[in-house]
Amino acid sequence: MNEVSAAEQVGFPILSTLVFLPILTMVALAFIRRDRILRRVALGGALAVLGLSMWLTARFDTGAADFQFAEKVPWVPAIGLSYHLAVDGVSILFVPLTALLVVVVMLSTWTSVRHQPKAYLMAVLTFETAAIGVFTSVDLILFFVFWELMLIPTYVLIKVWGSGPHRGRAAARYVLAMLLGSAALLVGFVLLGVSYRSAPGSGEELSFDLLTLMDATVPLGTQTAVFFLLAFAFALKAPLVPFHAWLPATLLEGPIGMAVFLAGLKMGVFGFLRFVLPLVPDAFVTFSWLIAGLGVVAVLYGALIALIQVDLRRLIAFASISHVGLAMLGLSSLNAQGLQGAVFMVISLGLVSSGMLFAAGFIHQRVGTTDIAALGGLAQRTPALATFALIASLGALALPGTSGFPGEFLILLGAFRAHGWLAAIAVTTVILAAAYVLVFFERAFHGRIRSTIVSATSDLRPREAVSAGVLGFAIVALGVFPTAALDYSSASVENLVGRLDITTVATAD
Amino acid sequence: MDASGLTPLFALLAPVLGAFGVVILRRHPPARELCGVVAGIAQIGLLATMVPAVRDGGTVSLTLSTFLPEVSIALRADALGIVLAGTAAILWVLTTFYAMGYFGTAADPAVTRFHAFLCLTMSATVGVAFSANLITLFLFYEVMTVITYPLVTHTGTPEALRAGRRYLTYQLGAAIAFLLPAIVLTYIQAGTFDFIPGGIFGPDTNGTLLVIIYLLYLLGIAKAALMPVHSWLPAAMVAPVPVSALLHAVAVVNVGVFCVFRVVLDVYGSDLAGELGLGILTLVVTSVTILVASLYALRLDSLKGILAYSTIGQLSYMMLGVALLSPGGRTGAILHLVGHSFSKITLFFAVGAIYLATHRTLATELRGIGRQLPWTMVAFGVGAISIIGLPPTVGFIAKYFLFIGAVEAGQWAVLAVLSVSTLLSAAYYLRMLRSALFDAPLMVPAGASGGTAGLMGTPTVREPGALVLGPMLVTAAITVLLGLAPGLILDLIRVAAG
Repeated sequence: MNEVSAAEQVGFPILSTLVFLPILTMVALAFIRRDRILRRVALGGALAVLGLSMWLTARFDTGAADFQFAEKVPWVPAIGLSYHLAVDGVSILFVPLTALLVVVVMLSTWTSVRHQPKAYLMAVLTFETAAIGVFTSVDLILFFVFWELMLIPTYVLIKVWGSGPHRGRAAARYVLAMLLGSAALLVGFVLLGVSYRSAPGSGEELSFDLLTLMDATVPLGTQTAVFFLLAFAFALKAPLVPFHAWLPATLLEGPIGMAVFLAGLKMGVFGFLRFVLPLVPDAFVTFSWLIAGLGVVAVLYGALIALIQVDLRRLIAFASISHVGLAMLGLSSLNAQGLQGAVFMVISLGLVSSGMLFAAGFIHQRVGTTDIAALGGLAQRTPALATFALIASLGALALPGTSGFPGEFLILLGAFRAHGWLAAIAVTTVILAAAYVLVFFERAFHGRIRSTIVSATSDLRPREAVSAGVLGFAIVALGVFPTAALDYSSASVENLVGRLDITTVATAD
Repeated sequence: MDASGLTPLFALLAPVLGAFGVVILRRHPPARELCGVVAGIAQIGLLATMVPAVRDGGTVSLTLSTFLPEVSIALRADALGIVLAGTAAILWVLTTFYAMGYFGTAADPAVTRFHAFLCLTMSATVGVAFSANLITLFLFYEVMTVITYPLVTHTGTPEALRAGRRYLTYQLGAAIAFLLPAIVLTYIQAGTFDFIPGGIFGPDTNGTLLVIIYLLYLLGIAKAALMPVHSWLPAAMVAPVPVSALLHAVAVVNVGVFCVFRVVLDVYGSDLAGELGLGILTLVVTSVTILVASLYALRLDSLKGILAYSTIGQLSYMMLGVALLSPGGRTGAILHLVGHSFSKITLFFAVGAIYLATHRTLATELRGIGRQLPWTMVAFGVGAISIIGLPPTVGFIAKYFLFIGAVEAGQWAVLAVLSVSTLLSAAYYLRMLRSALFDAPLMVPAGASGGTAGLMGTPTVREPGALVLGPMLVTAAITVLLGLAPGLILDLIRVAAG
């Protein structure tokens, strides 16, 4: 696998800057006392990351499947570790997405977080460093380090700033589940690194470098073991049914800022795209029926359970589970359309799921609950919020013209090719999405005003309106011009599909 | 002659600009309403400039953006598209005037919303009419569903919201569950989304699968209101009359029928449709819909309900015409699409006028109303005669072509269906007309149906104002004009019929 160095492309280590700028901002925050300055510095840092990530996106060469903006420094050469960052078409868009969500989280919780704002902002910025690190690491162990680093701010954010009474338990449960997955992930990575030693041309060296490992062939037996270890870890994170229980709990108990990251950044699906497909392609092809099956079950189950929820945030959680199922179905179709669709859908969900969560957050902030029974008639008081929620909802039901449609359409196209009737089952359940999304919107915004709190509610404040406007615009823009995103991933996806072709990958067993 | 040009895009954008104008001038009626009129006239003009290009079977195309790899959002105006868009645009202008009379011209936000969304609906109509491929069609089809929702729920009453939910459920549900898979399967079988006259499927495609895909199309295009996906249409009658008139007699339902036309002619092609027996299949489904809808209408008393079921039946006439797979059948179908639009909107306008003058909504309340509202009932009579299919109206000419088509195709059973349903529509329309013209006026107080001050049927009942009467009489006049001189549009329709 080829790579182009950052020195060649932009002349400075841009990815390292993106990874460490948030945490440097965080350090700076430690020395600031006044809340007003604190928030501005934090936002300034986040905006700088967003600007830089946009520039990175603009400089990316969409025509090539190569890894770009690469930086590589030996770390522990004795065991084959290196500090190695790079992005390709699959991962590039996650960087600006993460940066955007951080900015929007900061803006929309500008006044609502009053308890220890300094620590809150520090946790958010730490999370940003970890998340960008996850999306840009191409060394397995470095990836693992960032992966684990995410847990700390996540735990703190849920436990300290959560909105539910059981937030402590939800936070602990989340961390325990993730640690379980991490253990499997680490074992899987080590197995891969060790098996590389016996590959021809390795010189009996260990390697944890994604690009090096992609050029080696792994015996099918090892592939199978690694596949199950990695698939377990990423399915937990995604979350894929039946490993999903933590998501509704954390979304309900955690603060909206954290919920946006957990539901909006689909790192589990990213893990499949980044590591499982390229590194153990034969095992993935062999067990793609399993992924497809779980995907369809998740689509169905998530949608049905979403339909009966009485709380908006739990509804969004199950909708998210359903959408992840569809993305997994796209992956399992093993063709370019399915994979392109999955990548696009995951990016789109970053906007749509978080859009719905922000809407729920704005409601929670005003009404004090997201229980559907207490809402109703909000649109009369908050037309701007209602419009924003409508755009996000339409994105969730994949209406053409929103970012939800192209991804879903490509996935269906790919899945019909690969699985036929299994895809048909998935399609019929997409109607359920229309049902629960409309329930979401109608219960919250239409009808009679049932509570005095709702009747006294005010519409979006300027900072909230900016956040909502940016997300709403992105949802529509990506829906109308999907090629703007698809062009980034197409070359890398073609390359991935080539690797999945079971006849071209030698199965040295 | 196949040309490329920006005109289709301008025709698509003119109503959007109109919508902006409506919103900007929301506090300044009637300038607000005039935005819609100006946009409508501009649209008619733009469509007219394309007529010479499409008259010889040519097209005007424009690719807007590459939507997905191998898939573009592309517009292509052909004769059939111009017929659909032109009919809608003319009636849009008339409906805007009618709505000024119906809603009044107060700076009411609800009325602003009505005019703005009416503009947007027209844009979606043009989008569907000029879609060059299935993806573009699906895009505008779905956008239309969402844009028309605020119009259906215009009044905001719980009943309207319930009906609106049913409307959305049927439209979105059918489109996602059936239409989208049909499009995906079509692509997998044909390798393209583009509409090509004569069809896109290769010779060695699995026939059974193609029949299944066709059934998915029929179920998915709920806007065509084929049974069993018809019940959203009577539910949508909860909307005020101008909405029902333009949307559920013209724009939305015509778009549904148009989609079926496209599928039969430009996805399958007449030859393949004949081989697979899709023509017969469609004839059966449409015949059942026609007969059941007529019987239903016969039992109803609500005027708008009767018109809704009558519309369901008439839409099936059009699809039946195309399913005959003969040139005569297609000509009749397209002519009926135009003629029915003018006739049915006349009927809706008349029902709205009756409601404005007397607050009556039931067929049995029409007794003797002809003496009180002579102009309204003249228009109602013209519309009814055209729907039944009697001369000298356009409905007669259209049915004449359908009969010819049925004979050409040797479908004698279809002739029987057409005859029986003509008798049934005659039964319920003439019953209303007879009662309105010859029965003694209703002299009882308004009672349960509400009403203006004083007794119903007292001399206080007057024809509504010129803004209501004018558009109604214009559509009635066009219904007759096209019946007397169908040559005005027949050339274009023949081209559209291929």
